[in-house]
Amino acid sequence: MNYISIKNNQTILLSDIPESNYEAFYDMNLDLVSGHIERHCVNYFGYKVGNNVKLISCIADDITHEIMISTCLVHKAHDLESLSAKLLCFEKFEREIHENFGINYIDHPWLKPVRYAFNREDKSQIMDNYPFFAIDSEELHEVGVGPIHAGIIEPGHFRFICNGEQILHLEIQLGYQHRGIEQLFIEKKNLLQRATLAEDITGDTVVGHGTTFAHVWESLCGFEATKDIEFSRTMALELERIAVHVGDLSGACTDIAYQLGSSVFGRLRTPIINFLQEWGGNRLAKGLIRPGQNQFPFTPALAVRLKQILDIFEPEFIEMADKLFHLSSALSRFERTGVVTNADAVNIGAVGMAARMTGLNRDVRVSHSYALYSELNHNPILKRHGDVYSRIQLRKEEVEQSLNYIRKLIAEVPAQVSEIKNFNPPQPSSFCISLVEGWRGEICHCGLTDKKGELMMYKIKDPSFHNWLALALSVRNNEISDFPICNKSFNLSYSGHDL
Amino acid sequence: MLDNIKIVYHQGKQYIPNPTKVEVPGIFRGRPVISLEKVNEKELTDLCPTKAILNNPIRIDLGKCTFCGECSKQFPEKITFTKDYKLASNVLENLIIKEGEDKPVEVNPDIVRKEIHKVFGWSLKLRQISAGGDNSCEMELNAANNVQFDMSRYGIDFVASPRHADGIVITGPITQNMAKAVQICYDATPEPKIIVLVGTDAISGGMFADSPAIDRSFLEKYSVDLYIPGNPAHPLSIINGLLDLTRKLK
Repeated sequence: MNYISIKNNQTILLSDIPESNYEAFYDMNLDLVSGHIERHCVNYFGYKVGNNVKLISCIADDITHEIMISTCLVHKAHDLESLSAKLLCFEKFEREIHENFGINYIDHPWLKPVRYAFNREDKSQIMDNYPFFAIDSEELHEVGVGPIHAGIIEPGHFRFICNGEQILHLEIQLGYQHRGIEQLFIEKKNLLQRATLAEDITGDTVVGHGTTFAHVWESLCGFEATKDIEFSRTMALELERIAVHVGDLSGACTDIAYQLGSSVFGRLRTPIINFLQEWGGNRLAKGLIRPGQNQFPFTPALAVRLKQILDIFEPEFIEMADKLFHLSSALSRFERTGVVTNADAVNIGAVGMAARMTGLNRDVRVSHSYALYSELNHNPILKRHGDVYSRIQLRKEEVEQSLNYIRKLIAEVPAQVSEIKNFNPPQPSSFCISLVEGWRGEICHCGLTDKKGELMMYKIKDPSFHNWLALALSVRNNEISDFPICNKSFNLSYSGHDL
Repeated sequence: MLDNIKIVYHQGKQYIPNPTKVEVPGIFRGRPVISLEKVNEKELTDLCPTKAILNNPIRIDLGKCTFCGECSKQFPEKITFTKDYKLASNVLENLIIKEGEDKPVEVNPDIVRKEIHKVFGWSLKLRQISAGGDNSCEMELNAANNVQFDMSRYGIDFVASPRHADGIVITGPITQNMAKAVQICYDATPEPKIIVLVGTDAISGGMFADSPAIDRSFLEKYSVDLYIPGNPAHPLSIINGLLDLTRKLK
């Protein structure tokens, strides 16, 4: 057994991770994942050690609640066999390793650039010469969309190969949003700068990424969060989930031209994000989550205020949702549109909503529990069909579930622990992994420190990193006019992917 | 049919009657006010994650500020954030708040190009470009057009093509990978046109100012007509900023 099993948010010494040669590392990781539906790769990355590259693989097991970490040292001049040739869930991780370090995989199905990072190995690869798939035929045509889209959204390029109105193939080129954020985590030495960066990873998941960073940092420093801190984080995570899901329901209505749903869900998002502002001074909760402290304690007065807001919000939300889910003209656009099968979701290692909509039970809140989720007895909502309708239903039901959790939480607001403990510096030569279920799905951050206890590597993975491929698969054989509703029903992050 | 009427009835009146005067609920970190209190200036300036606090005298540059509020938490007697959401100006110097001053941030009408009032005073169509924006300012720009803020009541809308636009609104620090697309989009917009920067990342680069992955050369070539600070900018900051630029008559 050349791996070490650890728990979510656990810090270990780098030297505790067993190292093997690439062949053994390859066989073991293949064995760990293949045939095990309860396991998937949560992170797989490399960093430079002299002229070599050290690879670290993190495989999470949802039943034993453990994460299996293994490592190996490779030289970039040596060609490697790719795990992706056998298991597609490693596909993007290996492309990223190839792009960043120039490691060549001999049997990778498509070794294409991921995000054109500023520090990529091969600078001759530029945005303009992305190697798109092409099919030579007089019957087919290509449609290119983006990077700038018609609405106010982030940039990305979509290349469709169509037969008439029908999409045969979609390829998504990303990287336009690349800001070098992982490198900035190393360069900015101050904790507040890093916490601010974590909130800027993607501005729609401020609480999700902020909390994940806080977990990594607290674990590296041996800090144990008090109950009131965990309460605030759980509360903020669920409020963020409600706000974005409601906004997405509005977006879905917009994309099928259902004006009433679009306006009503759109305005129902406002009381939730305005509450986040009443609590922490920012509508998207920037500044709310900080490592080691309860920046804005949740007071009993806020609990009363939130209850008032929810008492008005809930019936209005349910009234509109009931209408939408009984509207045959809307359902006919949602049902059997943009299907991803359960087999495909397993195969590509989909996470979060993109997994749960196909019946694949992946939810970090249960499998690698943190904060107050074990007390809430969280039970993930699953859908079976993998279509737009499943994704819309999932959102509606998750909003109701989160409302319940928040009502449970505000019934018992923990007293604020006034004493602020001082941070120890991070442990030297250590590794920490943290998983948090953001509203999109599994967020994973890994922090590595050097001999002096300075951060030497910070690896961020947004759930979108896995799920963009699910979107590309979902639109096959659909009409191109259904692409917007498919895209909105996933609502994946560009900045979280491009970093 | 009856359900629809019921739903519409239950919404009541959602729109904010006057977005230039309404008060935001709860706490909000808007325009800061700096007192003349003596504090340890080095500690204060070192605290800021984006070096937005300058000394001699103490000033805060809203173009760099991430509105995290840490300075006001550590030095409550020195810095307080008011709920004033009118933060936009056409002059970068106006975004710098000086100690002992408590006056609104405003557009300087004397240097607004004549054609802006004349051509865009009643109708303004904008094309948005996210160039490394983290989707927070993008969401607030969308919110500015929802039924509550309802910016289109002033004839200000976002359009799908630069060909239909009177100007571009940039969010994000402008990444290398988006630099070319920003230029193409700007070139495709017909004259006369304006450039608006929304959010700290766009105005100064914010946390990303010294990242090697960004390319801000576009902004060196053209003059910017309006800066709207915020992280993200509040819809009310956006609406008031655009109104201030296009409607204020000399």
